[in-house]
Amino acid sequence: MTDIPDRRTVAERVAAATPDGLARKVSGFSDRTIAWLFIGPTIALLLAINIFPLIWAVYLSFTNYAANKLNATVAWVGVRNYSRVLSDPDIWERMQATAHFVVWTIVLEVLLGFGLALLINRQFRGHSFWTTVVLLPMMLSPAVVGTFWKLLFQTQIGPFNYVVSFFTGIPPSSFDMVGSVALAPWSIVIVDAWMWTPYVMLICLAGLRSVPDYIYEAAEVDRASSWRTFWSITLPMVLPFLMLAVLFRAIENFKMFDMVALLTSGGPGSTTELASITLKREAFEKWRTGYSSAFAIILFVTIFGAANIYVKALNAVKNR
Amino acid sequence: MRKLLLSTAAAVVVGAPLVGATGAQAETLTLCWAAWDPANALVELSKDFTAQSGIDMKFEFIPWPNYTDRMQNELNSKGKLCDLVIGDSQWIGGAAENGHYVKLNDFFAKEGISMDSFLPATVYAYSTWPKGSDNYWALPAMGDALGWTYRKDWFARPELQAEFKGKYGRDLAPPKTWDELKQVAEFFQKREIDGKTVYGAAIFTERGSEGITMGVTNALYPYDFKYENPEKPYDMQGYVNSPDAVKGLEAYKAMYDCCTPPGYTNAYMQENLDAFTSGQVAMMMNWFAFFPGLYKNENVGGDKIGFFVNPEEIVKGSTLGGQGISVVAYSDKQDAALQYIKWFAQGDVQAKWWSLGGYSCAKSVLEAPGFADTAPFAADFLVAMGQVKDFWQEPAYAQLLLAMQERVHDYVVANKGTAKEALDLLVGDWTEIFEDEGKL
Amino acid sequence: MSGLTQAHSVVAPSTASRRISGAIVIVYAIITMLPLLWIFATGFKSQSDAIAYPPKVFADPSLQGYVNLFTTRSRQTPEYMASLPPPETWYDELVRKQNMVIVGPSKFGARFMNSLIIGFGSTFLAVFLGTLAAYAFSRFRIPLADDLMFFILSTRMMPPIAVAIPIYLMYRELGLSDTRLGMIILYTAVNVSLAVWLLKGFIDEIPREYEEAAMIDGYTRLQAFRKVVLPQAATGIAATAIFCLIFAWNEYAFAVLLTSGEAQTAPPFIPIIIGEGGMDWPAVAAGTTLFLIPIVVFTVLLRKHLLRGITFGAVRK
Repeated sequence: MTDIPDRRTVAERVAAATPDGLARKVSGFSDRTIAWLFIGPTIALLLAINIFPLIWAVYLSFTNYAANKLNATVAWVGVRNYSRVLSDPDIWERMQATAHFVVWTIVLEVLLGFGLALLINRQFRGHSFWTTVVLLPMMLSPAVVGTFWKLLFQTQIGPFNYVVSFFTGIPPSSFDMVGSVALAPWSIVIVDAWMWTPYVMLICLAGLRSVPDYIYEAAEVDRASSWRTFWSITLPMVLPFLMLAVLFRAIENFKMFDMVALLTSGGPGSTTELASITLKREAFEKWRTGYSSAFAIILFVTIFGAANIYVKALNAVKNR
Repeated sequence: MRKLLLSTAAAVVVGAPLVGATGAQAETLTLCWAAWDPANALVELSKDFTAQSGIDMKFEFIPWPNYTDRMQNELNSKGKLCDLVIGDSQWIGGAAENGHYVKLNDFFAKEGISMDSFLPATVYAYSTWPKGSDNYWALPAMGDALGWTYRKDWFARPELQAEFKGKYGRDLAPPKTWDELKQVAEFFQKREIDGKTVYGAAIFTERGSEGITMGVTNALYPYDFKYENPEKPYDMQGYVNSPDAVKGLEAYKAMYDCCTPPGYTNAYMQENLDAFTSGQVAMMMNWFAFFPGLYKNENVGGDKIGFFVNPEEIVKGSTLGGQGISVVAYSDKQDAALQYIKWFAQGDVQAKWWSLGGYSCAKSVLEAPGFADTAPFAADFLVAMGQVKDFWQEPAYAQLLLAMQERVHDYVVANKGTAKEALDLLVGDWTEIFEDEGKL
Repeated sequence: MSGLTQAHSVVAPSTASRRISGAIVIVYAIITMLPLLWIFATGFKSQSDAIAYPPKVFADPSLQGYVNLFTTRSRQTPEYMASLPPPETWYDELVRKQNMVIVGPSKFGARFMNSLIIGFGSTFLAVFLGTLAAYAFSRFRIPLADDLMFFILSTRMMPPIAVAIPIYLMYRELGLSDTRLGMIILYTAVNVSLAVWLLKGFIDEIPREYEEAAMIDGYTRLQAFRKVVLPQAATGIAATAIFCLIFAWNEYAFAVLLTSGEAQTAPPFIPIIIGEGGMDWPAVAAGTTLFLIPIVVFTVLLRKHLLRGITFGAVRK
């Protein structure tokens, strides 16, 4: 940034020699130039690392390309990859597993997160310290979280089963959170809820704090019951925030890969094989690049489309 | 424009030393392999190479569950991390066809290395592509097959001997057939031994990489499972899902259901080692590669451990493991890497390799008089290597493998459908893969 | 949605209800911390205590996990062990008690270093680019500004695995596979969207009048940006930087697919630390602890800005 004084002297010299109106334009770059210089690199980077690959992926999705066949000729196969993905019953099972994960994590996180936010909003002593403690899990690396929950869930050596056993009396080695078909889908929900409830809580808290006092005061003057106050004031005011939290969580969990890959690696069988895990297997283990690109595009369009519709709904709620 | 230049300059400045770090320095070779006992032995062995040649050896060992994934990814990205790779037998088709490995025929001819000096089964499995041809892509480095260990001390207990004989009318001894295997496992399942509950057998159930397929095929081969019609390649209907194969898969599930420790849903070699060395199980399926280490183990080694070859049923058969050593085509140091292979192929190096715990494939070692007495598992190893079968080694092997992983894990662990249905679905998956490959 | 930092409650809640709320939150906080405390404790257990059955809450403290994390070891026969000279360091001694000798350092140090280099490199670039772009979006009339901003955001909606497919092919052609430069560029691209969105919010909050006054005083636009806006935005830039750093620090999917050794970061490495048998849990726990400590520190530093960071600036307190 040593160039600035230098330029200034040039600019000053020019400014001194020109009439006022012109001076401003010449001193340094014009605003328009600066704007494009400032935005240009970011856009260029995103085009190179996001858009170009996306277009490439779209192209690949219409071919039979396999990234591990370096010498093979690439053939255009039209929409065959897409029709294969969409007609594959296994893919639909994976989508169901993904839906189960997304829906239940959101239900749990919204209930717990909103509840916590209501409690924290009461400003008990030490609330700011405890809030920070509660927030910690969401800052951690999902891959590392998946790894250590694998230890916690071990039937014989992990503490989780013993804690459950302590409260319920069920013998600890009689159930296997990660290994049994019935429980594995819930084990990933539990870990995700542990990690991301604070996220929903934090956003809800912002919502609660956005409600101006006078509304509550008015409610009190009307002698509204606290339930009524909650249903007719608190909830509607917090709703846009809550919906935003749900949007972010839904997008993230629809893309979920790392935590689940390390906790269950999709098992047992394919019980917890979420869409992204299938995608990784197809793309980087089976090396069906064309097929997996088609699947990737389908996932992206789904997320993008659903998010757009949702944002419209969100705006409608906000503007009500 | 200056801002833009500045930012690119920053990128270059940050980047330059980082990219440079990989190049130059021809005198260090990196060898990639799985992280397991034999790899440590190889580190020890390679010290001699460094002493002789002045070439330093660096090692990149990756745990088994991630090994195939990571190395395939590395090779397919034309990575330069590894100069030498000790790659799994099934990789060879893809690695040869896609040019990941350097073809070694000329080098062998020039250096006078003859494939006749290695066990034919290992040359066939680890070095050739197309299978059985004279095109060599690797030097057999590590022979391996699935075998079993058992608790000799428990088997020898008179009270257990008596009880077993009363129940089954024969001695409690290492099983000869899969039926007997199940009986012995059932006998030990949930038995109290020295105040601890123990279980029948540790078998492979891992889902993520290749675990359960390796375990299941170890049951399928004795049940006369065949990958294809011997007369008509890639014709799998009635072979992969033959009635005998169905019985084999059912036998594996029966073992899983009755005789494994609790929560044994995702176990591969490491988990099996843990189960066995901590005294949880009476028998364990695992690779011969681990047997030298187990024999040395302070808890269960020595007199307490015995070994046996995979039981037969209709025919004899064991799942093949093991690897050949190859030079990576993207390496800048191929000459030095070839030098390493030349050194490794020597008779005395191979002899030391075996003594350190690596399974040499050299005839000079294996056919030496008295080899069978060099270790308690040496004779079993030779028997096993005489009856091995390998999974597909096709370039599409990863797809074939993952399809099988899914189908058999769904059936064995997740209780989905029947054995027949699982194998029928597998035939469908494999047929589709070969169609995509243009082989059907 | 801004400016209201104080909590608003119906009527000030009664002391009793406050206490009960506090108690419930504290119980929740403690439950939520238990897994982390367990991992922290496991890092100081010996291997046999770590896989004891039933699990041990308290065990004799041991540094075995940390020693294993940083070394590679090989098992030797008792005869060989007896032939060795006495151990030179405490960690030599610790390892020898298990009939093993240290044969060299592990790769954890190198992986940790990669995490630092890639994390800081990409953070610097993302914040640098992001500040410029955010300033431009905040102050200038840019055609299709909303669309551009949405475009920047939408690059985050692709599942990472989906992006990784073409990036993998691209890096293979460019020779960027498994290089730190490749990972820095990639993480910069991912983070820059967050940086632009967050920083635009922060810069929007700085009154335009400041720069305008400075420009009337003879500053050029660039000088005003540098001398007036940047210092005002310093807190926001720092907060943004920490968010970028946390992302790069925690990222797993790209790292596991695009690196294999030279440029591999800690997250793909920690889960595959194995010992002689299965997972070396004390070493995994030790690595996890070291890896998480910076995050804990950052979380405490960031607590006022967390909300913005996690919502792409959509919600500001």
